[in-house]
Amino acid sequence: MFKTPCSRLTGVWKYIPRDGLVGVSVQPKLIANAFRCHLSARSLIQLCRKNQAEWITFQHLCFLKRQYVKSSNDLCQRARPKQERVTSVLAEQDDLVDGQVQQIPAVKPESSTVVAPCDPQDIQNEPEAARAARLEARQWKELRVEYSDLPGIYARLSKLKLTALVVTTAAAGFAMAPVAFDPVTFMMASVGTGLSSCTANSINQYFEVPFDSNMNRTKNRPLVRGQISPLHAVSFALACGIPGLTLLTLGVNPLTGFLGALTIFLYTCCYTPLKRLSITNTWVGAVVGAIPPVMGWTAATGSLDPGALLLGGFLFSWQFPHFNALSWNLREDYSRGGYRMMSVTHPALCKRVALRHSVGLIGLSALGPALDVTTWTFPLVSLPINLYISYLAFRFYRHGDRQNARKLFFCSLWHLPMLLLLALTCKKRRVTQDEAAVAPSMASLAL
Amino acid sequence: MNVKTVGCLFFRSLCPCYTYVPLPLRSPCRGHRQNTSQPPQHDRRAQRCGFSPAASSKYDWIGPPDRFSNLRPIIYHIPENETPLERKLRHLRQETEDWNHKFWTNQNITFRRKRTLSSEEMAVFYKHFLDKNVKRHASYNREWYRRNFTITLLMAEVALHRTWRMLTGQGRRTSREKGKST
Repeated sequence: MFKTPCSRLTGVWKYIPRDGLVGVSVQPKLIANAFRCHLSARSLIQLCRKNQAEWITFQHLCFLKRQYVKSSNDLCQRARPKQERVTSVLAEQDDLVDGQVQQIPAVKPESSTVVAPCDPQDIQNEPEAARAARLEARQWKELRVEYSDLPGIYARLSKLKLTALVVTTAAAGFAMAPVAFDPVTFMMASVGTGLSSCTANSINQYFEVPFDSNMNRTKNRPLVRGQISPLHAVSFALACGIPGLTLLTLGVNPLTGFLGALTIFLYTCCYTPLKRLSITNTWVGAVVGAIPPVMGWTAATGSLDPGALLLGGFLFSWQFPHFNALSWNLREDYSRGGYRMMSVTHPALCKRVALRHSVGLIGLSALGPALDVTTWTFPLVSLPINLYISYLAFRFYRHGDRQNARKLFFCSLWHLPMLLLLALTCKKRRVTQDEAAVAPSMASLAL
Repeated sequence: MNVKTVGCLFFRSLCPCYTYVPLPLRSPCRGHRQNTSQPPQHDRRAQRCGFSPAASSKYDWIGPPDRFSNLRPIIYHIPENETPLERKLRHLRQETEDWNHKFWTNQNITFRRKRTLSSEEMAVFYKHFLDKNVKRHASYNREWYRRNFTITLLMAEVALHRTWRMLTGQGRRTSREKGKST
């Protein structure tokens, strides 16, 4: 009886409040179908009343929708002229609506229309929710590697600026060595050191993804943002490390290769895990920082001389005012991330160690001429900058506030390059064998 | 329907758009499938939280940092011909993500509770916080390193399998074509 063709209920339901009764305006097609069936509305009503159990929920829905329409000004509340005849008949009874919907077969309300939130508050909030959902959807990114982004990603993964500083210190170590400057060996040592540093930094980031996510300083790293997968990062690390270490071992000398491997091992397997376990991580990190100039020296000379250790000592001592000042202002981040740094767990020790090592730099500079690395002018010309950093470290020790920590940190950034430059200018000129042979004979002639 | 909506909203308020089902540790993976013939259970879940990737997308999707754990959720793509190895990898990654999320949510909520102290008192609080949680952090580290290694090794295995399948698959296809043409 009700098997009319195309009796699907589609489109938007509109509700007309009239004297508290609900009328419904439906699509013209449906009404046309209903008329075609030659059924009067009254007979429809009678048939519908039988199905009481089903209309209770729908009636509730209609009641709420009515409330919504009343409270909202935007909805159209006028029926279309053609449909008014139907509504005037149907509007006599509330349950007409339910009946009509339930009894017409194959009426499948579209999920987007009828499955609307029942709660009127929900309906009012929906535009905001939709907006929020839209904004959120914009923040979702496809995990697809864009090849054009890869250089930038690799630069951030390998901490390129830090690597450049490490290579600079290695180059300084090479230049300070008392041998003739060999550009080929110099290039190979620099490239090898750079690649080793890239490896170490990549593996460090690979280990620390969840911790980096929780620190402001590191939350935009490539692995945290998912720009590359962990496997990709490890592959990059291997692709840098294997050629780098091979270059150092075969192209320079095995000692330098060994030192490069030691640096990578100490940084990735000792320093990185220790950061979360004990404050000794800072000392291990200082050793890691001290190795590159030693590598530069051994690349030039092939042996581990006291001069190499002195340069390493400069870097080792310098790390403490540098890092302790930096970590002082990141105490909250480190603590939340679960990092055990002196600045968090042993603040007094942190300040003391920074001061101790800043003053120690003055002593180390005095060792320069003693070990024949530099001339006697070096301790004198380096005294002003060493005194200045010691002064800032002393202020940091006394006051322990963010301002002084920041000053000390920024001073350390220019102090190290300056110190190395001065050492280079005061480098002890090496005496060649010929010159050495000529000098005594000239002395004997003079006599 | 009302109960479900309320339940969904409740969970959304706890972990918005991240865990849209109650969080057992071994939760079934969320993911999005390409073909619509499969029952779209994961899509429906994703839709409830306001985002679902386009059906044609073949990649995983990563979202904004969660407001509690600061970790970024990932919706994994489930390919049509997913091998058991790939499924194992996806499950492991999903589980690790949920486990990480739980740990860091807990950590950050505990941490944020003490926001309103002065800087000296905060320094004391930081020290106390770290000292109190030594064992917990140490065991988390160990577990995280173990999971990270396992995931990476599995990823390497899957990548090798895919490469092998592509090479042999191509070989099989060309020989089949040759057979057809003759």
